[in-house]
Amino acid sequence: MTFSDKPTFTGKRVVLRPAGPEHADGPWERKSNDPKVPRSARPSSDPPGHPAPAAPEWPAARASVLRDAAGIALTSGAYAVSCGAICTAAGLTILQTLALSLLMFTGASQFAIAGVIGSGGNPLAGAAVAVLLGSRNALYGLRLASLLNVRGARKALAAQLVIDESTAMAVGRDTERAGRLGFWATGVGIYALWSLGNLLGALGAQVLPDPEVLGMDVAAPAAFLALLAPRMRAGRPWVAALLAAATALLAAPVLPAGVPVLLAALVVGVLALLLPSKATGPRPAPENAPDSVEEAS
Amino acid sequence: MIWYAVIAASVGCYLFKLAGLSVPERVLRDDRTRRIAALLPVGLLSALIATQTFTTGHHIALDARAAGLGAAVIALLFRAPFLVVVAVAVTTTALLRLLG
Repeated sequence: MTFSDKPTFTGKRVVLRPAGPEHADGPWERKSNDPKVPRSARPSSDPPGHPAPAAPEWPAARASVLRDAAGIALTSGAYAVSCGAICTAAGLTILQTLALSLLMFTGASQFAIAGVIGSGGNPLAGAAVAVLLGSRNALYGLRLASLLNVRGARKALAAQLVIDESTAMAVGRDTERAGRLGFWATGVGIYALWSLGNLLGALGAQVLPDPEVLGMDVAAPAAFLALLAPRMRAGRPWVAALLAAATALLAAPVLPAGVPVLLAALVVGVLALLLPSKATGPRPAPENAPDSVEEAS
Repeated sequence: MIWYAVIAASVGCYLFKLAGLSVPERVLRDDRTRRIAALLPVGLLSALIATQTFTTGHHIALDARAAGLGAAVIALLFRAPFLVVVAVAVTTTALLRLLG
């Protein structure tokens, strides 16, 4: 069960695989989430007989984490340029676009609210769609809580940085220290470049002529498609996706813009509750490795 | 109105992030929570794609956007990176409008 799987524009895919419900309480899961067990002592996805490589020395590990964080931040910054351009093409002001990237700071939700507003929908319906899409960050928090172990102001700050990329760069590190550094370095780096990229995109879109002539109205759906594609590796997502699309299209002629998407979300929520809890069929070993972050091309 | 939506949605998104770090584990580990969390983004993205590609106002429409989305699908099948997928879709739609 792929939990989050995000294409980065370098062509690498940051894949997050937490435990599915079928092994949520297995011994692996308990051990891997026990903060008292050092991460190096936790089971890895390596087959038995192949012990995990020893954790590298800290300066080397730190350099490696910071290098990863810088790379991800740079690619996110470029991705942010398209986000900023889509937002202003949808009718948001530059200030609103900047406010979205500083305050909301979760890409898919920003695309979503811009998309609903751009298609003439009620902005509040767009807000509801954005918040529902942002709900997945709560499950990232679950994985990060014991690793970060933050309280008070630091927790309030850390929460804003909980996104796909910072989670992916934090979990699955050899040591907790490297995981924490991965979270903070990636989160802060992306926050800075994401906002800058959004601002540049918003400013750039101002000088463009009619966005529709340029085909900009298909940019948001194409972006959604790229975000959706890596999640479609099993049967259930296909059922959910087709049901949602059919619901939204059937409702579009009769409901105000934006509302059909919320209705589709409701239908998919009901579907998720009705489905049997166990995923069908055995899957290859790497798929069963929760907490593993991999970069697949 | 847009400002209200921007602020409300930002607060909502932040509260979900904060909840993840704050709520007791068993709530988020609940089987139903997990199933909804796995399928909800898929449903939302799919519904957004459908409405923004195939409707104009309150009408179902099949136009240059559909071709752009089709080009994006092909780009994804070739494992093109994110920005290339978007660029291919935009360029296809723009070219068709230019020709049509």
